[in-house]
This record gives sequence, C-alpha cells and structure tokens, in this order.
Amino acid sequence: MTRHWWVLALVLCAGLPWIPGLPLFWVTLGNGIGMSAIIAIGLVVLTGIGGMTSFAQASFTGFGAYATAILSTQYGLSPWLGLPVAMAAAAVAALAIGAITLRLSGHYLALCTIAWSVSLFYLFGNLDLVGRNDGISGIPPLSIGGLKLIDVRLSFTLIGAALVVAVVATGNLLNSRWGRAIRALRGGAVAAASCGVNVAQARMLAFVYAAILAGVAGWLFAHLQRAVNPTPFGLNASIQYLLMTVVGGVAHVPGAILGAALVVLVNDRLQDWLPKLLGTSGNFEIIVFGGLLVLVLQVAPQGLWPLLAKSRTPRHHKAQASPLPQRAPRAPGAPILDVVGLRKNFGGLVAVADLSLTLAAGEILGLIGPNGAGKSTSFNLLTGVDQPSAGTFRLAGQDMTGQPAPAMARAGVARSFQHVKLVASMSVIENVAIGAHLRGRATPLAALLRLDRAEEAALFAEAARQLDRVGLLDLADRPATSLALGQQRIVEIARALCVDPAVLLLDEPAAGLRHAEKQALVQLLRHLAADGMAILLVEHDMDFVMNLADRLVVMDFGTRIAEGAPAVVRNDPAVIEAYLGSPA
Amino acid sequence: MDLSILLILIQDGIVNGALYALLALCLVIVFAVTRVILIPMGEFVSFAALTYAALDSGQVPASLLLLAGLGAAAFLRAMWGTRGRALMWLALETLVLPAAIAGITLWLAPLKPGAAVQALLAMAITAPLAPYLYRLAFQPLADASVLVLLIASVGAHLALGGIGLLIFGPEGSRGPAFSDAVLSFGDIIVTGQSLWIVGLAAALMAALFVFFEFTLLGTALRAVAVNRLGARLVGIRTQQSGLIAFTLAGLIGALSGVLIAPLTTIYYDSGFLIGLKGFVAAIVGGLASYPLAVLAAVLVGIIESFSSFWASAFKEVIVFTVIIPVLLWRSWRHKAVEDEE
Amino acid sequence: MSLLQIDDLTVAYGGIAAVSGVSLRVAAGQIVTVIGPNGAGKTTILAAIAGILPAKGRVTLGNADITRASVETRVERGMSLVPEKRELFPTMTVAENLRLGGFRHRAEGRAASLRAMDECYALFPRLAQRRRQLAGTMSGGERQMLAMARALMARPALLMLDEPSLGLAPLIVRDIFHTIAGLRASGVAILLVEQNARAALAISDHAYVLEMGRVTLEGDSAQLAADPRIVSMYLGTAPA
Repeated sequence: MTRHWWVLALVLCAGLPWIPGLPLFWVTLGNGIGMSAIIAIGLVVLTGIGGMTSFAQASFTGFGAYATAILSTQYGLSPWLGLPVAMAAAAVAALAIGAITLRLSGHYLALCTIAWSVSLFYLFGNLDLVGRNDGISGIPPLSIGGLKLIDVRLSFTLIGAALVVAVVATGNLLNSRWGRAIRALRGGAVAAASCGVNVAQARMLAFVYAAILAGVAGWLFAHLQRAVNPTPFGLNASIQYLLMTVVGGVAHVPGAILGAALVVLVNDRLQDWLPKLLGTSGNFEIIVFGGLLVLVLQVAPQGLWPLLAKSRTPRHHKAQASPLPQRAPRAPGAPILDVVGLRKNFGGLVAVADLSLTLAAGEILGLIGPNGAGKSTSFNLLTGVDQPSAGTFRLAGQDMTGQPAPAMARAGVARSFQHVKLVASMSVIENVAIGAHLRGRATPLAALLRLDRAEEAALFAEAARQLDRVGLLDLADRPATSLALGQQRIVEIARALCVDPAVLLLDEPAAGLRHAEKQALVQLLRHLAADGMAILLVEHDMDFVMNLADRLVVMDFGTRIAEGAPAVVRNDPAVIEAYLGSPA
Repeated sequence: MDLSILLILIQDGIVNGALYALLALCLVIVFAVTRVILIPMGEFVSFAALTYAALDSGQVPASLLLLAGLGAAAFLRAMWGTRGRALMWLALETLVLPAAIAGITLWLAPLKPGAAVQALLAMAITAPLAPYLYRLAFQPLADASVLVLLIASVGAHLALGGIGLLIFGPEGSRGPAFSDAVLSFGDIIVTGQSLWIVGLAAALMAALFVFFEFTLLGTALRAVAVNRLGARLVGIRTQQSGLIAFTLAGLIGALSGVLIAPLTTIYYDSGFLIGLKGFVAAIVGGLASYPLAVLAAVLVGIIESFSSFWASAFKEVIVFTVIIPVLLWRSWRHKAVEDEE
Repeated sequence: MSLLQIDDLTVAYGGIAAVSGVSLRVAAGQIVTVIGPNGAGKTTILAAIAGILPAKGRVTLGNADITRASVETRVERGMSLVPEKRELFPTMTVAENLRLGGFRHRAEGRAASLRAMDECYALFPRLAQRRRQLAGTMSGGERQMLAMARALMARPALLMLDEPSLGLAPLIVRDIFHTIAGLRASGVAILLVEQNARAALAISDHAYVLEMGRVTLEGDSAQLAADPRIVSMYLGTAPA
C-alpha cells in the first residue's frame, strides 16, 4: 500500500459510480456499506483495540442524525452546519454517558451499554422533540451551490470521501502517543499506567472518538434518507455493527470495511431470499446474523481480515541522540528512596508486615526471599499499583505514600513486570515508545490532524536509543510477543528507561535469560548505576543477584530478616533457614 | 393518588417483581456457574407463553419445530469426540426427548386438556431449548472470556428473536389464567392469578434454596460458581454443571412465561424486555447475591408499575436507567480499571 | 511397577519451556519429593500431571495412560492435587468443602460420606472443631489442613501436594509435615513438591532436584540431604 493510497481511493469514489451500465442499486448498497463502515471503524477503536465492548454504538448515530435533522428542519440551517453539530452532539452524549459508565470494566460496561441502548431507544421514541416513533421527515438534502446531492452516485462520492477521512484520521490517531495509550488498554493497562498514561482518559478518548464517527455516519444518514426514526438506532442495529467488526476482524480498521461490506451484502441477499424461502416476510436476516456472530466467535475469533492480509511492513529505526529533555543525573550516593514501616493487609492476611529500606542513586539493591515472603506485594506498593495500609514512602524527600502508578512515573519511578506486559498487537519499538508517553505533549486532535509528527519522531528516536542501549535495536520492528520471553523482559527495561526515571524497579529481570544474556544484563545494569540510576530488583536467580547487587534485603513472612552485602547475607543462618527450611 | 390506586400499583409491582425475581435468580445461577450472561433468557419466557397460548386454542405449537431443530443441531455440534454410552445419552437427550415431547403434544393438543396440562406441555417444549442452546453456542466457547460469551449470548438472542417471529408471527396472544377467582379484602382486590404467581415464585425459590443448600448436586453447582478450578480438582465436571444450570434456567424461564401469559399480551419479542428487567435485578445483586437480586426484582416491579402510572411513555427508560446508579455504586467500591483480556 | 510414571514431560508457556524432558516415578505407598529453588518449574510439573496445563510426554497412572485425560477424569482415576493456592471453596463451610472432596464417591451415599469425613476429622482434629466455619475465614495453616483433608476425601491412590509449607509459620510447618509422614500408614502414595528442602528430604523416600526446568539430581532422600550441592543451589555460588 502506498503512502498516497487515499488519493486513489478518492478518485475511485468520484469515478466508480459513473461507470456506464452499473446498476444504481449497487451504488446504493455501496452507500450502505460506507456508512456502516464508518461506524464499525469507531467500534474497532473502542472494542477491538481499546477492549471496551459497546452495544450502544447505533445510539450515537442517532444523536448525530437527530441533531442535524432538528437543526435543518426546525431551524432551517444549512445541512453542512449540521456536520459539526452532529459530531458535537455525539461527542457530548458520549462524554456524559462515558463519565458515568466508563468506570465500569469488562462485562459490566457491556451490560450497561445494553441498558443505555434500550433506554435511549425508548427515549427517542417518546420525546416530542424528535417526533416520537414517527421521527422527523422532510430533512433537506445536502447541496453544493445549487446542486442537490440527491443522486445516489453523488452521495457515493460524499460517503466515500467521509470513509477515507475516517480511515486516515483513525490511522493517525492510532499511530500517536494517545493511540498507543488506547492500544495498551487491552492487556497492558497496568503497564501503561506505570509509564504515566492516564488510563481513564485514554478510555474516554476511545469512547468519544468512536461516538464522533458514529455521529458523522448519522449526519450522512439523515440527509441521504431525508427522514429519521428510532428503529435504525436501536439495540439490534448496534449488534449488527458489532457483528461487522467481529466478522471483519475486531482489531483491524480494514476489517471494519470488510465486515461492513459482508454484512450489508449478505443482508441484502437475505432480505431477498428469506421471505421466498420461508413464505412470509419479516426481518428474518437476524436469525442468520445471530447465528453467524456465535459461529465466528467459535471458529475465527480474530475475524477474517487477519486471514487475508499480513500485518504492515516494518519501518526502520536508527538510534540517534534524543532531542527530548532529560532529568538531571544525580550524584552517586545521594539518597533517593526512603521506605519506612510499609505494611499491607489483604483482609485478615498480612502480606507485608513491616518493610523498611533505603536506596541511593547509583546503588543496586536486591530484594530476595523465599516464595510467599511478600516481595511481589512490596513491589506493587513501591510502584503505586497497590496502596499500603501503613507506612511512608519518600522519593527524593517528597512523600509519595498512596500515590497511584502514573504519579509514580511522573516522579521518576519506572518498572518492569514479573509477568511481562507488552502489547501483543504492537511492535517492539512501539511498546518501548509507550514509556515516553509523558515526554510528549501532542493532543489527540493534533494527532488526528497529523500535526504531531516532529514530536513523534523525537519519541521514536528516544525509543530507538533505549533499545540500542539494551541491545535489541535489531528487533525494533518485530511484533513484541514474537520475541523470546527473556528478550521481552529486556524490552520492558527499555520501556522503563524511556520514562527517564531516577529509580528503576525490576521484577525478576533475569528469568528466562540465557547465560550470555544474563552477562549482558549485568553489564547494562552496572552502566546504568554508574550513571546515577538507583536500581531495586526482586530476583530468584541467586547467582545473578549475588553477583550484581551492592546490597541485599532478605524478606520472610512480610518482614526484613537480614540486610547486607551478598557474601554476608549468604552465610546468615536465618537466611539459610528461610530458604532451606529447618528439618521437621 | 388515593390509597386504592397506591395499593393496586404496589400489588402489580409485587406480582411482576416475583416474575422478575425468578428470572434474576436464573441469570445469577447461570452466570455464576458458566460465566454466561444469558441475554436469551427472555426468549424462553415469550416462547413458553406463546406455546401455552397456542395449545389453549387447540393448535399444535410451531415451537415443536424449534425444539426438534435445536435438539438436532445440538446433537450434531456435540457428537464429535463423544463415543459409546455418552453418545447414547446425548442422542437420548437431544433427539429422542424432542421426539417424545412432540408425540405427546400431537396427541394431546387437539384434546384441549386444560390449563394445567397445557402449561406443563408448554414448559416441556420450551425448557429443553436452554440446554440445547448451551451445547450449541456456549460449550464450544467454555474457555472464552466473559465478554466473548456475552457477545455470543447477544448473538443467540438475536437469532432466537428472529426464529420467534418466524414461528409465532408478529401477532401477540394471551393464555388462560390458572384461576379466575377474585378475592377482596376490604379495599384490596386480589386476583387468583396473582396469588398463583406469587405463591409459585415463593415455592420455587424455597425449592431452589433447598436444592443449593442441602443436596450434593446443588452444593457442587455452588462450588463451580465459587471456584472453578477447585471444583474440577474434586472431580466436578464444569460442562455438566453448565448443562444443569441452563436446564434450570430453561425450566424457570418457561414457567415464568406460562405464568405471565394471562396477565398481558405476549409477542414474540416481549420476553427480551421482561428478561432485561430480571437483569437489572440480577446486576443490583452483583450477579452473585441471590437475596439482593430477589429484593431488587420486587423493587424493579414496583418502580415499573409506578412509572407506568405517572409517565407511561417513559416507563422503560426509567426502569433501565435505574441500573446506572447501581452500577456506579458498585464500581466505586471496586478498583475501576484492570487489564481486560 | 510404579503407580505414577512420567516420561519426558515438557511444558511450555508461549514457546519457552518451563519444564523440559522430566521423567519421574512414584511407587505405590511411597513418598517422593521434588525440591528446587523458586521458579525451577516444580508447580508446573504438578499442574501438568493433574491435567491443568497441557504438556508433551506421557503420564501413566496405574495401568492407564492419562496423558490426554481431563482434570476431572484424572481425579476419578485416583489422583488428587492439593495446589499451591489451595483452591478451597471460601464461602462454604469446612463440612461442605469436605463433602465435595468426596464427590467422586457420590454414588456411595451420604452415610459413607459422613464416615469418610469422620476419618478426616480424626486426622485433623482442628477441623473437627470448625465444621461450621467458612473456609475463607480460616488461618493459613487451617486452610492447608482443609485442602489436604478435602483431597483425601476422594480416597486417592496418589496424593500430590504443592508447597504445603508455603507461607506457614515454622511450628505449623512441622505439624503439616508430621501429618504427611503419618499418611504413609494409610497406603496412599505421595508426590510432594517443596521449597523447604530439609523438611521434604526428612520425610520422603526418594527425591528429585529440579533446576531451570530440568532434573539435575536424583536419589535416595537421606543421601541427598547431606549433599553440599543443595545449599549452593538455593543460595547461589559465592561472588568471585
């Protein structure tokens, strides 16, 4: 695919419908596909990429359609003015609904959108303002100069242009810092938060963006049909849009177009055949669609697009001096982390009883202990994933106790995860670039309009620099989860370095590494420490940690049982008993 | 509003609430055991009601075709990898059972055997649809996420809705009441049917309580709900638990349909809204608490009857927006954003 | 003739082998232990034997090849796992947990189930005092006892214990290990996975040492207990 495919697409949209002998009926079908595809693209961003399932997408189409219908019939304003109003109506509705709904996660969110969908359907059907169940008719068509866009072939061009804009804008958004945040929501939200991403904002962004696309489709729909009523904005319509994305490939923008085309075409054929076959008329196509939805989930849960097309070609990256501002390095030895009396209860269970430790710039501290000693919980407390029940946590003199993960990242704490949390659908370097989220400024609007390219280049240069530092630049464009697990851990370190941290917290960085890779990791961590980075690591590989750490803190039963240089700790009778146990 | 209207509204609310409570219980059971949010619950209700009405007019209900068809489809879907005795049981459940029910119906239907027998027949025709649906749609997705199961569930609802239109047509119908008695206590007038509904609902809830608390099978189902892996480790098969949960849902859904048929005209798609109200109640109970769900169901019934009195056009809007503050309250008590995968 | 026979077991997560080419044997009535440091793959082995994780290789119990059998079928064939996380039914009482443990023998009726429960109460008197208590409200040691008792209710030929000492105070660990050693008399074979090497070696007949997913040492438990390589395996070699 070339960079300027969209120019060709626009020309096609203008030219295709005028092919002599082409039945107008086909053009009308194309119009249906185009409008559905715009809505389905929004659902791809929201559901397939952002991981939030919505059964209310058609409702936002309704907001857009009704907004422009009211404006052009009751106030006599130009239908073109209706476009921004339709987008705004859908966006405002999404902001309001999102504000009270998006806190929910998983199936609760999905169920709540069903409730919204049903409520809004009955609201549209009973409000005088929108003409109750009769809806609003006599909506003027769009016109350019004196030319009214009533001919379906002209509409085709308009819809095609809108679709092309939607695809380009969506691509721009997804390839921006905000897009990476949205893409991280599925499976990587905790990791993104640890890089400073405001997860709630990213969720809202996806929700509002999807609604705006639906609003645009609603605007087109209102002026092409010239009448609106509640039926096309009900739950069944929303389910059909979801079917389109699931069939096409729920996480792929081209899949939305493919799915829309398939569903609209099949729908058309079914509406023709089924009444003949069954002897009565009715919307029996939903039998097929419902069954199809279940079948696709069982047989090809990724949808059709991934079966047809390979993912995009790799780009090439060079490590170069990053133009991003950096934190001033600290003098080795300056105290940076000061933890006093940290405690965490889960119900009646005490996971961490009393943990105190200090860490200075340039120091490597190992936190070790047998299984169940409370290391992971301690780690979560230090990174803001969990909030401590008692104790204080100071970072460079500033009290950070109880701060959430993004605030920790802002203050200069970066981490890796024991269970690697990379975004499977993204390349290695894109994953690393999530780490630089806080170091960019571009707004989602700037991203949509592609005004963020200079900053994006800087973020990627920084990501490439950090990948080079950990020795994985060669793999920058590989899908992140195609790497060996050990390498994925190193990618997490590169991502953490992109945060530009003062403290690096590593959870079992050596697990799954080969011997030579461990040696390289030791070298890397020593270099970082020499540059003034404070490093705390939880590790099970004793050879590795004994060899690397300046100092060890040993935990058992949620408390510190020993502290000191590796050689000393290793011969401590309490430590030996904690690890090997006492003979029963 | 005077006292008599108030009492009528409350009474209406309790009667409807009792039905919603039954549905809510089923939804909680099915979700806890299988993680499926059973959107097609409502279809069992409307299909049973329409089958009951058809039987009352002496017709052979078209839902027999659905029973046989879905049974056969379930057989075809589940027969792979099933051998020996298991295959025989499967055939018995999915092929022989529908045939037997069809035979009995064809024999009895023209005789108009009376409300009680018709009600039982309608339930026999409708209830097995639920386990067949489980075999067909959900068992192959047993390892999928709750969200994927929900989407599949919505798909099943869509398909069954279309089939409902096909076999029952767009016209609505009513079934006969179990009792035409009208009792009056001072100002309060109570119909026999309302007593039937509330009484049966209460009896059924008591029976469910006994089943889940005091039988090994019921305890095993609870165990699956509480800890799936733990249940497997003591040898409780999750598939069979799922089948039992769906069968319960089918039976109770069908009973609800038969009970509601005399109260209001039921259309092929009426069940969806009825089931959704059961959902509102189930969700108030967090899809986990049975007593809370029952309480919420009665509350939903009362809110519904009052809003249909004051703002009947917005009845549904009001009932479904009730769910939103409840969900919000729940989400505030839990951490909002986790990794969803 | 071994009761449990594992040949060339390999378990992989996302392309990385957590356990590779492990073979081991447990004879009827024997206590066999698998020891090794954190992350060596001990839990993975038990999960694969119980059928929770898919694995390559061969698993034979008695005369039956159960490599492809489901978790539930394996339970019915006579193996019970007490997993690291115990996997109790927290909102149910001790008695209900035990009763469900005997689900495999449900056809024998309620009276038989009650008799089996009484035997468990005799083995774990602490549980007898707490029949009506909810499992979720019990202490870590009591939970471990309940998990073991629940597994014994299935009257397995092979009992598999995953880190029974995990997170428990030394005194309770001692209790638990005494109980495990005492089970030998009942004839059940035990496969014990432990981090607490000393205690595990003290009560077992035979031991396998697992490091990085492979068996690196194997032998008589008493001999291994004296082997200096065990200490360096847990605490690493001294820094140069």
